Amino acid sequence: MSEQHIKLPEGSIEKTTTTLNLGPTHPATHGVMQNILELDGERIVSTEQTIGYIHRAFEKIAERRPLYQITPLTDRLNYCSSPINNMGWHITCEKLLGVKTPKRVDYLRIIIMELARVSDHLICNSIVGVDSGAYTGFLYVMQYRELIYEIYEEVCGSRLTTNIGRIGGFERNFNDIAFQKLEKFLKEFPKVWKEFENLFNRNRIFMERTIGAGPISADRALNYGFTGPNLRAAGVDYDVRIHSPYSSYEDFQFTVPVGTTGDCYDRFLVRNEEIWQSMSIIEQAYKKVQEFKGAEAEIYHADVPEYYLPPKKDVYTKMEALIWHFKIIMGEIDMPAGEVYQSVEGANGELGFYFISDGGRTPYRLHFRRPCFVYYQAYEELTKGAMLSDAIIVMSSLNLIAGEMDA
Amino acid sequence: MADMPEGHQGEGFFATSLNSVIGLARKNSIWPLPFATSCCGIEFMATMGSHYDLARFGSERVGFSPRQCDLLMVMGTIAKKMGPVVKQVYLQMAEPRWVIAVGACASSGGIFDTYSVLQGIDQVVPVDVYVPGCPPRPEAIIDGVMRIQDLVGKESLRRRNSQQYKALLDGYGIQ
Amino acid sequence: MSLTNEHIKQRLTEKFGEQVSAFSEPYGMLTFESPKDFNLKVLNFLFDDEELRFRFLTDLCAVHYPDKPGNELAVVYHLHNLQDNIRIRFKVYTDINKPDVYTATGLFSSANWMERETYDFYGINFVGHPNLKRILNVDEMDYFPLRKQYPLEDQSRIDKDDEMFGRGGTIGFGTEKTDHGTLTESHKTNVGNDIV
Repeated sequence: MSEQHIKLPEGSIEKTTTTLNLGPTHPATHGVMQNILELDGERIVSTEQTIGYIHRAFEKIAERRPLYQITPLTDRLNYCSSPINNMGWHITCEKLLGVKTPKRVDYLRIIIMELARVSDHLICNSIVGVDSGAYTGFLYVMQYRELIYEIYEEVCGSRLTTNIGRIGGFERNFNDIAFQKLEKFLKEFPKVWKEFENLFNRNRIFMERTIGAGPISADRALNYGFTGPNLRAAGVDYDVRIHSPYSSYEDFQFTVPVGTTGDCYDRFLVRNEEIWQSMSIIEQAYKKVQEFKGAEAEIYHADVPEYYLPPKKDVYTKMEALIWHFKIIMGEIDMPAGEVYQSVEGANGELGFYFISDGGRTPYRLHFRRPCFVYYQAYEELTKGAMLSDAIIVMSSLNLIAGEMDA
Repeated sequence: MADMPEGHQGEGFFATSLNSVIGLARKNSIWPLPFATSCCGIEFMATMGSHYDLARFGSERVGFSPRQCDLLMVMGTIAKKMGPVVKQVYLQMAEPRWVIAVGACASSGGIFDTYSVLQGIDQVVPVDVYVPGCPPRPEAIIDGVMRIQDLVGKESLRRRNSQQYKALLDGYGIQ
Repeated sequence: MSLTNEHIKQRLTEKFGEQVSAFSEPYGMLTFESPKDFNLKVLNFLFDDEELRFRFLTDLCAVHYPDKPGNELAVVYHLHNLQDNIRIRFKVYTDINKPDVYTATGLFSSANWMERETYDFYGINFVGHPNLKRILNVDEMDYFPLRKQYPLEDQSRIDKDDEMFGRGGTIGFGTEKTDHGTLTESHKTNVGNDIV
């Protein structure tokens, strides 16, 4: 390993600008990325980014693991909203394997994915608040993330890196406690979110900090490959849930909020509004799930014994279940050869999975199209000519998750 | 309320060893440096929140400057690119300093047995407490901090100057 | 008239003739390839044409096929037409001994880092790239890790060796078979000396 992990540029002694290292360890839990800024007084002249401080070689690991063992890897991409990554991966596998999920499974998946989206936007917006000096919003809102974690725990057993779901559905049916917690969330959260918005949206100081910080036009944003709330704040209404619906999103009514200038304030407002839209989707999905009665209310996975682990009592009594169980655990499932690209709307944008299979136990090549990686390139253009404090706000409003960026 | 150390007391005085008083003071006012890189960092944020509240243990002020902190909490995967950075931060801390490795990745590389991930931060810095889990629950992180508190309370004042400690640091190439 | 895969294929063969080939539609996405010298021409055509309008680069990655001599490395572009909602996949193949491909950064700014990542993992040299250096791995790395011949694990790690997993070694946990020759000389004495 080299002694100097920060390389100073050429001629750094003679030049008239100041070099500032916004190093890999930040005083705010953004994740590890490094920026070397060139400042002329207080204005930024140029930036140079170094990433890869948490490169964990997911794509190489995925070439050695059977399908179910890749799900925990996908958790750790965007760890603030890990159910979305898990479901995206399972939907990709289902596309390759030709599995069709029943409606109830789709609606339950939507509930979990929208909860994850709410949880990610909560972190992002409250951290924008913390970076501009307002710590209260963060502490206030963390309480409700705990409620979301409790709902995940009822379904899959863990809080943060959930490894939720199976190919074809879920590992267990949502029990009454999960639905009670969901109802509690739906009842209590809107009041809290209204209060958060009252604290920030028309707050003079917050508006002065964020309006005009890091604007980007729609054309440049599209050229830079922006997707998700950052692109929608710039004025382009591209949402994967509407363009290429997956998991029965076409059955739901929701609007896609769009901004105008693409600056930090617009991104903040777009995320706020998306939380309201997600709450509405969760309510609609919950109503639809409750309409399933009797035997239909017991469906929580597709009927695909080749890819879905059978229940344990069948494994101990029936021959076919035992054989399927053995084959799935050993990774000997029959994967057709082929290549598929499937994308889902992650909290940051279009999270894509490009999966090439050669018919073996493990993928031949699995590539993750990570939204953070693609739009962080635009950071230099966003902060050219801005002040130093704007650079911090822009970085946090872009919602950069280092785990997703470096994969 | 903290427990009183053992000693003799009388009218207006209390005699005990310097070690225990300083240990008591240090252990209830640890200033941590959260070195959060990935998912465990989000669990740390939940621990600092009001539900699990790490501030009750005296860690109200998390500092981000190594010069002012006692406890380096390394949370998350440390890649080989990040290893020198951890070491530099550790070197800047003033004695007495403690290190807690939170999570499977910081303890031993976790599920990432790859060419780019450091298999545990004890390859570069000496570690006092390891908290396993992926990610560990906030209760587990608090348990780790409580064990650090035990270590701090019982530490001898001469440990940092002793031969064994110097040998330990030499093993890592730290003067 | 709505844009269909058939129509796109027809427009491409009209314009490029024999230079675009291997049309297929796995899972509904039109996939084709062309020789690597034509990649910019095809991308420019797909971008500028008023009917095709593939103006969003979704993804750029590479694949290593060690059993296709002369065509080992494939660069895969995923493009998206946002107005008509059509996706398309475009591949170029290159030889591993001379992996030069023209860069797409002139057309799409998002290709900048995606090509750096592809270079980092596979060693494809993008001709004309403004800043082609490693992005995710350490700068001193001298091989391209995602090529198939390289192992996943770091071979020099000392704590997950055979000794620790009871697969041999000298301490003798009772499960030793033959000495696999994976231990270094210093480890043949006492591993405990290395751990401080």
